[in-house]
Amino acid sequence: MTESTKVKVLDKVVVRFSGDSGDGMQLAGNIFSSISAAIGNEISTFPDYPAEIRAPQGTLSGVSGFQVHIGKGVYTPGDKADVLVAMNPAALKTNIKFLKKGGVVIIDTDSFKESDLKKALYNTNDAITELGIDPSQVMTVAITTHTKEALADSGLDLKSIVRCKNIFALGLVCWLFDRPVSQAGLMLSHKFAKKPTVAEANIKVLNDGYNYGHNIHASVSTYRIESASVKKGTYTDVNGNTATAWGLIAAAEKAKLPLYLGSYPITPATDILHELAKRKDVGVKACQMEDEIAGACSAIGAAFAGNLAATSTSGPGLALKSEALGLAVMAELPLVVIDVQRGGPSTGLPTKTEQTDLLQALYGRNGESPIVVVAASTPANCFDMAFNAAKIALEHMTPVILLTDGFIANGSTAWRIPEADEYPEIRPNYVKPEMADNGWRPYLRDPETYVRHWAIPGTEGFMHRLGGLEKDAKTGAISTEPSNHARMVAARQAKIDYIVNDIPDLKVLGNPDSDLLVIGWGGTYGHIYSAVTEMCNAGQSVAMIHFNYINPLPRNTEEIIRRYKKVVVCELNNGQFASYLSGKIHGVDFLRYNKIEAQPFTTSELVEHFAHLLEK
Amino acid sequence: MEENKKYTAQDYKSDQYVRWCPGCGDHAILNALQKAMAEVGIPPYKTAVISGIGCSSRLPYYMGTYGFHTIHGRAGAIATGVKVANPELAVWQVSGDGDGLAIGGNHFIHEVRRNIDINILLLNNKIYGLTKGQYSPTTDRGAVTKSSPYGTVEDPFIPAELVFGARGTFFARSLDVDTATSVEVLAAAARHKGASVVEILQNCVIFNNNIHSYITDKEVRAERTIHLHHGEKMLFGKEMNRGLVLDGHLLKAITIGEDGYTIDDVLVHDATTQNFVMHQMLAMMDGHELPLAIGVIRNVEAPTYDGEVTRQVEEVRQKKNYPTLRDVILSGDTWEVK
Repeated sequence: MTESTKVKVLDKVVVRFSGDSGDGMQLAGNIFSSISAAIGNEISTFPDYPAEIRAPQGTLSGVSGFQVHIGKGVYTPGDKADVLVAMNPAALKTNIKFLKKGGVVIIDTDSFKESDLKKALYNTNDAITELGIDPSQVMTVAITTHTKEALADSGLDLKSIVRCKNIFALGLVCWLFDRPVSQAGLMLSHKFAKKPTVAEANIKVLNDGYNYGHNIHASVSTYRIESASVKKGTYTDVNGNTATAWGLIAAAEKAKLPLYLGSYPITPATDILHELAKRKDVGVKACQMEDEIAGACSAIGAAFAGNLAATSTSGPGLALKSEALGLAVMAELPLVVIDVQRGGPSTGLPTKTEQTDLLQALYGRNGESPIVVVAASTPANCFDMAFNAAKIALEHMTPVILLTDGFIANGSTAWRIPEADEYPEIRPNYVKPEMADNGWRPYLRDPETYVRHWAIPGTEGFMHRLGGLEKDAKTGAISTEPSNHARMVAARQAKIDYIVNDIPDLKVLGNPDSDLLVIGWGGTYGHIYSAVTEMCNAGQSVAMIHFNYINPLPRNTEEIIRRYKKVVVCELNNGQFASYLSGKIHGVDFLRYNKIEAQPFTTSELVEHFAHLLEK
Repeated sequence: MEENKKYTAQDYKSDQYVRWCPGCGDHAILNALQKAMAEVGIPPYKTAVISGIGCSSRLPYYMGTYGFHTIHGRAGAIATGVKVANPELAVWQVSGDGDGLAIGGNHFIHEVRRNIDINILLLNNKIYGLTKGQYSPTTDRGAVTKSSPYGTVEDPFIPAELVFGARGTFFARSLDVDTATSVEVLAAAARHKGASVVEILQNCVIFNNNIHSYITDKEVRAERTIHLHHGEKMLFGKEMNRGLVLDGHLLKAITIGEDGYTIDDVLVHDATTQNFVMHQMLAMMDGHELPLAIGVIRNVEAPTYDGEVTRQVEEVRQKKNYPTLRDVILSGDTWEVK
């Protein structure tokens, strides 16, 4: 860094990369976040894809974005960006609303010609003025031209050369934030390992982009970002879907069972299937079935046959699986169901996030059909909750629904890779050989936990028949006897209720002595925690609890909630968790803060709302 | 239990009282299945019988094996999961024409297409019995039932056509009243690696009585059916003096010694040829112009889905050689914090 450069020291900073969906913004953003994490920043990222795979080039509907928040005390991808990279006028137009006041815009002047502006529906030939952007904030760089010049002798065709322009932009941003380009270069050579010429070209423009910033724009401020003090270990960048897949594999390893996934492609859950399909290399059987129902049913078959079985989907797919989940409840088989929630109802907003499947997960089946429902709160937490969901399913012989959402599924954070001995044992309630001749029947239960024994086909002496028809509690034969049905309904409920003994108590975060308790669940953790932390740091007192376990609720739920004068439940739906809590805890006025824009909360809107509640 | 123990049909029976209607064709099919299992000799504890919903889907409760009576139409999908998860098991699926071809039609064609090693019994009585008498996807056009009081206005599926359309590798047919043939084809299905479909024409004594009697009645059966055996002449009739010949591109039933036909003109059945055109012509015979075919009509070899999944897992495991998940993650982009 040259002497003349002004260096701003910041706790954290938000960068947003935007361009045409074919411009490689996700790759540039991913590399930027990974190298930031590697030098000790906390990171949180969020990709913003268009619903179309390749909308017409240069149009507003084809814009793809990737936002990354780096620094210290980072729990969300950030409300708004300090720096916005816009590779074309359409990207600038759709993303300028995500730029902070006084933030910096970097544009590729080569793609701001008259025809480009027309495609993005500008009325004038001056995009900057038309959007009311202060020109002093804008860093104009002929990115395409520089990329072409850099690669003139590379031997690549023109199309391939132009495709490298995202990496020139990445080099420039690396300079701006003092990132080590060598690390980015390593990632590019890994990414393009099978195409050495392309790797070489990308590394060349990466360095050229960095040097360009260094040489030409010495007058613009650069930033130094504070590092967080993180735990020792080996880290990787992980998104929620990958973490979910890995959590299931970790559970299978711990339980010493094969892992089976039955699934059907559905946005935004498909990456779980992709990851587990790759993991045949550790023995995973991931089967793409003919529909959502077959995904769930084949998993139930695999559970019956003695595997750790899972099915992954999103809201509409969960609706299709409902009847199968009822069967898993009735047959009392272990099954993990992952619902990566998206905007609904019906097809809704497939690429956007929401928390609107909670009541479907809790109640969306015929009959008295209690099921365990858990939720993951961050991308990395998806690993833990997938592991825990599998542990509960296997140890308590029950289906477990794990709710994640599009926001944490696609968002990523740095994650310390745990050692196998850091997570708990998993001990399914298998039949023991001596039971075979001692009156064992399939629906006899442990008197304390109400868990039935698992007898896996292929085991001699335990041949039995399961099914969706009600069974006699003692013999396991079909029964329509009234008191037996009542007894079995109660036993299935008691089995789920008992699980409260195996889940952690809630911890109060923020300032426990506040009058105001903020309640959240699942993927809103980062925004709510950021808002609460920000307010507590500013001397305003707010307490917070956040739920990973929804059915059953942690044991101390009611006791904590009754301590507070004012309680507000924040969720990305019309109040589903609030109404669930109201049904369980009587006489508490659960205030609601709901947002249904198929977008995550912003920290600022939460701060504003909590401040308002404190004043009232 | 030692592997070479001899099993009897009794070893495959459960202690449950069989609750089908007196005279229902399912009783004979249950007995035939237990006999076939004993003949093949896979132990009951290594056998899983999966069913959907319907009268025939009650069958697993009467088996002394592992069993799972599931939900309507999904037996094929559940059986698929059982077989992939635990390929050591012999997996049987029992479905009726409603369960297997209406609500479960999608799973049926896909399990056949995948050629997963499941033995699929399709008990075809051309009616919904458990819901008391509605038409099914195999009910003949015009049939009057409770849900078609003026006759159906749709054509039925011929199950064999679906099997061949889905590139099935095994198709056999039997009649509920012909236990010997049922045992023969069920044992053949068990021995075939891949999806084996066995259609058994079954009589619903309550809601569709005598629906197959044109074919199955003792007095006419020999003339209206032909029992196909691989490698043998296609002969039928009480005197076994009638046979099938090719007339142009079509099959024709002839009498040996009449119209100049000799035994040499009669076709030889080849169940193992990959081309299914002749198998389809044989399976489409309905007992009117041409005798209805029973026995093993198609029995060809092809890779099985469960076998390929297992093979691919082993192959990739050996190639990549990752002992655990942690090794996989460490092989990606990582960094150290010291």
